[in-house]
Amino acid sequence: MTSATPLAGYSYAYLDAQTKRMIRRAILKAVAVPGYQVPFGSREMPLPYGWGTGGIQLTAALIGRDDTLKVIDQGADDTTNAVSIRAFFQRTAGVKTTTRTEEASLIQTRHRIPETPLQPGQILVYQVPIPEPLRWLEPRESETRRMHAWAEYGPMHVKLYEDIARHGEIAVSYAYPVMVEGRYLMSPSPIPKFDNPKLHRSPALQLFGAGREKRIYAIPPYSDVRSLDFQDHPFRIEPHGHACALCGSTDSFLNEVVMDDTGKRMHVCSDTDYCTTRRDHLEQGEAAE
Amino acid sequence: MYVSVTGGERAIAAAHRQLGQARRGDPAIPELSIAQIKAQMTLAVDRVMQEGSLHDPDLAALAIKQARGDLVEAIFLLRAYRTTLPRFGTSEVVKTAAMRVTRRISAIFKDVPGGQVLGQTFDYTHRLLDFSLMDEAEGQGQEEEASRRAAEAVPHPMPGIAAVLDGESLLEAPGDADAGDGAAVADLTRRPLEFPAGRDLRLQALARGDEGFLLALGYSTQRGYGNNHPFVGEIRQGSVAISLVPEELGFPIEIGEIELSECEMVNQFAGAPGKPPQFTRGYGLAFGENERKAMSMALVDRALRARDLGEPVDGPAQDEEFVLYHADNVEAQGFVQHLKLPHYVDFQSELDLVRSIRARFADSDHDGEGEQA
Repeated sequence: MTSATPLAGYSYAYLDAQTKRMIRRAILKAVAVPGYQVPFGSREMPLPYGWGTGGIQLTAALIGRDDTLKVIDQGADDTTNAVSIRAFFQRTAGVKTTTRTEEASLIQTRHRIPETPLQPGQILVYQVPIPEPLRWLEPRESETRRMHAWAEYGPMHVKLYEDIARHGEIAVSYAYPVMVEGRYLMSPSPIPKFDNPKLHRSPALQLFGAGREKRIYAIPPYSDVRSLDFQDHPFRIEPHGHACALCGSTDSFLNEVVMDDTGKRMHVCSDTDYCTTRRDHLEQGEAAE
Repeated sequence: MYVSVTGGERAIAAAHRQLGQARRGDPAIPELSIAQIKAQMTLAVDRVMQEGSLHDPDLAALAIKQARGDLVEAIFLLRAYRTTLPRFGTSEVVKTAAMRVTRRISAIFKDVPGGQVLGQTFDYTHRLLDFSLMDEAEGQGQEEEASRRAAEAVPHPMPGIAAVLDGESLLEAPGDADAGDGAAVADLTRRPLEFPAGRDLRLQALARGDEGFLLALGYSTQRGYGNNHPFVGEIRQGSVAISLVPEELGFPIEIGEIELSECEMVNQFAGAPGKPPQFTRGYGLAFGENERKAMSMALVDRALRARDLGEPVDGPAQDEEFVLYHADNVEAQGFVQHLKLPHYVDFQSELDLVRSIRARFADSDHDGEGEQA
């Protein structure tokens, strides 16, 4: 790097140029083969494995000086790990950060897709703990890679069928498996299945990084993403029947908050930006009246 | 009011402050210096360099200091630094036969060419706490004497034990992975693991692997989970020269010297159809004085060769994917500890799901009540 870097002794955005190039190549391959897990030479990062190293490497390989970065964990900008990752890129890349979904050019996320619809040109980077959707059915990577090559996804359908036989419904509430462009079975990372419809034909580029497992995969903009289901048991999201106690939203994902030790609960939006924006609008509306 | 989701930033800053204070401890006690750690905690430094995959005693000592003595954390720190370093070449194959030996033992021959040299080892100490070390001034003379003697390398050349058995073809020839100069060596820090893994890749993964994990796996082979009848053919410790061929020169130059521990296991092999019985090898190599690691590595290396040697693969130590995917403590500690991160959203989804299933269960239970009675 010839130009000054924000953190002395380290490259811009931490990773060296060759590593970034290697990751960008993996990204291009991932975009070319939607849903396919591309092995990549994942590096050790100064944050622990399992805490977002895959997402961080994607972000580091993508982030430019003009980017605006948003980092969320559980939908919130102020959870500790989101704060820590955002601070990492402020420190190593000196980029502008935001909590506003629509202002961000790059959003790194753990376990959620923002409620505010994404726009063309935005990139959503997911942190992925276990990229392999077949892992719980087959522990061996050599075998699951073969299953993907042959599109041998019967065992997954059998598992879902057995859930229905046993529980009356598919007992998968997050990391709900999807088919991408009718070819590759893919894990959307542990987002709640509530978020699955947002994967489908999203105008944003969605990239998934698994650092410890050394895989990158992608859903290019406007791709078909179908959540697995059966004709007589179509994929659906049960309404939770609550409203956010802060902004009143009934159609966002709500977290249950325990209020006291008598079991009193309240429900609040997991997406803090969405919730805050709604509250601001409500206040403005009231002020106007 | 609901406040638990805010304040993450301040909480982190406060935690870092507390960590700094906890690391320093009582300010009335003098601060540990890097030089002290490097000189007096040498085995910790060696382990951190080994599993951190970086030979740099100063940085390893710094990592140990910064990690408050937590070696896995120190390994993590060193790895995170190592990953930023440029690669400017690959060294020539290290010639351990030409090692300036400080310790060298064989368990398969009473005497060997070059002799048995115990060197600085805990092996035959009685593990009695030496209370004289409590008094810092007291042990001074002894320590100086010990370190002076430890530094004395054994002068005469010592051929490897393998060479002794080679004459009768009793020991298998070194495999492809030992082919030497010119052969491209796999590097899992640059390319993700692929299976089946070559022996070079396996050895690299084992060299970086957690000592405790490999110790337990090696031990399990001794207890019947993939037994391969190991003998310590030879363990040697000492310094070797590192040579490199710079592109612009085209011939090797010595760039320095490092300390290594090497273990050559000799294992039984029943033979195969059309092949007379022959001893097989397991190999371990580690930075510094890291004998337990080198031995564990050699046991597991041999166990992982089961498939190549046509042996049944039924013990965990023989299972390549199991061993290689779980040996790295930086990966393992990260993923285990990520469970501390919030999982509100997933747990919320599970709550909703369990409630829904329970509701359905209650309904159907109600239906079946008459039949049960």
